[in-house]
Amino acid sequence: MEVTLRIKRYNPETDPKPEFKEYVVNVEPTDRVLDALNQIKWYHDGTLTYRRSCGHGICGSDAMRINGRNRLACKILMKDLGKKVTIEPLMGFRIEKDLLVDMEAFFESYKSVKPYLIADDAPSSGERRQSPEDRARFDDTTKCILCAACTTACPVSWVSDDFVGPAAIVNAHRFIFDSRDQGSADRLRILNSGSGVWRCRTIFNCTDACPRDIKVTDAIEQVKRALIYEQV
Amino acid sequence: MGYHRYDAVIVGAGGAGLMAAIQLAGKANIAVVSKLYPPRSHTGAAQGGISAALGNTEEDHWEWHMFDTVKGGDYLVDQDAAEVLSQEAIDAVYELEHMGLPFNRTPDGRIDQRRFGGHTRDYGAGPVRRACYAADRTGHMIIQTLYQQGIKHAVNFFDEHHLVDILFTEDGQCCGVVTYEIRTGEIHVIHAKTVLIASGGFGRVFKITSNAMAGTGDGVALAYRHGVPLMDMEFYQFHPTGLYKLGILVSEAARGEGGIVVNGEGEAFAARYAPTLKDLAPRDMMSRFIYQEVKEGRGIDGKDYVLLDVSHLPPEVIDQKLPDVTDFARVYLGVEPKNEGIPIQPTAHYAMGGLATNIDAQVIRDASSTPVPGLYSAGEAACVSVHGANRLGTNSLVDLVVFGRRAGRHMLSQIQELEFLPLPKNPEARAVEEIRCLLERDKGERVADIRSRMQEVMMDKASVVRSEHSLLEAWREIETLQKAFKSVAIQDKGKCYNTELTEALELGCMLDCAETIVYGSLERTESRGAHYREDYEARDDKDWLAHSMVSRSAGGMRLEKKPIVITKFEPKERKY
Repeated sequence: MEVTLRIKRYNPETDPKPEFKEYVVNVEPTDRVLDALNQIKWYHDGTLTYRRSCGHGICGSDAMRINGRNRLACKILMKDLGKKVTIEPLMGFRIEKDLLVDMEAFFESYKSVKPYLIADDAPSSGERRQSPEDRARFDDTTKCILCAACTTACPVSWVSDDFVGPAAIVNAHRFIFDSRDQGSADRLRILNSGSGVWRCRTIFNCTDACPRDIKVTDAIEQVKRALIYEQV
Repeated sequence: MGYHRYDAVIVGAGGAGLMAAIQLAGKANIAVVSKLYPPRSHTGAAQGGISAALGNTEEDHWEWHMFDTVKGGDYLVDQDAAEVLSQEAIDAVYELEHMGLPFNRTPDGRIDQRRFGGHTRDYGAGPVRRACYAADRTGHMIIQTLYQQGIKHAVNFFDEHHLVDILFTEDGQCCGVVTYEIRTGEIHVIHAKTVLIASGGFGRVFKITSNAMAGTGDGVALAYRHGVPLMDMEFYQFHPTGLYKLGILVSEAARGEGGIVVNGEGEAFAARYAPTLKDLAPRDMMSRFIYQEVKEGRGIDGKDYVLLDVSHLPPEVIDQKLPDVTDFARVYLGVEPKNEGIPIQPTAHYAMGGLATNIDAQVIRDASSTPVPGLYSAGEAACVSVHGANRLGTNSLVDLVVFGRRAGRHMLSQIQELEFLPLPKNPEARAVEEIRCLLERDKGERVADIRSRMQEVMMDKASVVRSEHSLLEAWREIETLQKAFKSVAIQDKGKCYNTELTEALELGCMLDCAETIVYGSLERTESRGAHYREDYEARDDKDWLAHSMVSRSAGGMRLEKKPIVITKFEPKERKY
């Protein structure tokens, strides 16, 4: 089927500002948006630039705005988008080139919540024990692929540079509710600060945007409740 | 140009690279180079599990794991390495758990384990639960956990740096790498005492593959260009259950949990070929069974695919243990696995071959195992060899944590003794020239045309079933494409995120990998594991119970045989 892709283009070496450019491509209905982008890059315009790797929604490289919503280009099929598809880079981060944005601030926020297990010495033999129920408490937030779809869908993130954003909170949640972890107090203190969870306005854009179906807003609320009731 | 000096530089931030980095962090000055962001690495796509004989749910022993690995690899496995793999797997899995990896748990809180293809109790008596897992996203959890540890240990990451050369002194000692910073187009020379190539595999040489687009064999090919031989390149694993036409992996865990593969007549045909293990026969065999069914007209509607059926499993098993892979079927094929079969076909999945190493992950340059000083390799880029002619499911994750860890530890021991060697004159010259040529050429061949032709040729003529006829055709085609590549031209001439340039560089590397796959396949006149020759159907232990080491010089290509290390298990016929 013939589809028009309206793609926001920007080359910092030559363009004063981003502008839309249209491409008409012939795609299979079951093609991914990524396939359509590849078709343009490989056969029409080699300068079109975006990140991609695994092609099936697990590496987190190709989050972008597709018809106004944050999506992974490799997880959305052309048949679900209509004849005219608008593709833009994620909002809120500096555009590096075309659909590719500067991810440094995103990873800095992620690192700021201490996203690693903090625990005393491990047992000298065997594993730390954890019941299936305790394991289930943080299962949802282990699915995060750091694609930034949630953080760049959040209006609070768009207007403030210091909000850690939903993705960082999701990754803090993954450890706060892990029975093996002993760093919760520290993480909760970070998330109780001016850049933390209280900036969230419960808009649910993050939950809508998550390509892994993580209940992001719910995870943020769980962290808020842990702060209010001082227990996890 | 940037110049940096580190005790160790690790190329590739997947499981092997990060596992090595964590051994070195805080004890040596190290850098980790990745052309992606580390958590994007392809380790994250691994699904089903990581095997270790923990015996948490039923009796198991590392000797059984070792035996399965050797037999699964059709006796081409080096048994000293398989012993290390299966013994150290146990401790490595515990180490991952201690780092925070969220494994699924048994009711008493231990790491849960499940069945996987080719893993057996009591030397082949029946299936065993050996695969430790985290739903069907075990690789995702490994890459996340190791990246988290990298952050904790303040590892120095060179994100989005593309490897463009490996540096050697005149007498062949490795002394650093050259990278191309994708964001700026700047060249960086990283001078190092030790270099670890953990840059992964090269499944993208085939048309249907489960591999990420980044799987282009950069580190393997660049070492090969410097005369380092590649080992066992003819052994390339096709995973039996890739989504039809897309190649996206549907984990063997689907069959481990009870899924079956059925043909166009509704028959669960695996039992006919492998009466004991049935659908849990090793991957090389399952892929050939499917090939045979399709060839004899028993594909679905006579087409080139069959169905993976999990619809008889309890819905909660599907939701809790196979959530991601069943979601792939829904998203990409519009199939609901709870009600209907998933269309599947074999997909290029894993390179058993690569840079030959010893059990300390040092790259070796000849059949007598002489190390290349300073150069290491681990993970899919390497060939230890623990996978032999066919890797067992879950053993790739075991390989990268066990040998990534050994690489890091050995590098650490060497760093204290080694001095920085002088760099060659103009160390960046070779890479700069390659890039300059690509940028300055205005008209020429298109990258995508050469790449898609290569992928078709490799799929049609050098995949699940091969013959001298098909391989000679492939050889001529790859030669032609190598020539065409010399006149490739790109449109993007910029410095900022020139990903058209990096795709061209990757194509060059893939062509070198393809060349060695075809050459090794032609030379090996037997069938063993994943290498199946319809003109030499039998395994030939008299002539070919040996690794192949392929190298290229001005005089052309050459193959040297390297003896297999046999310690415990004498080669036998492989039946399941």
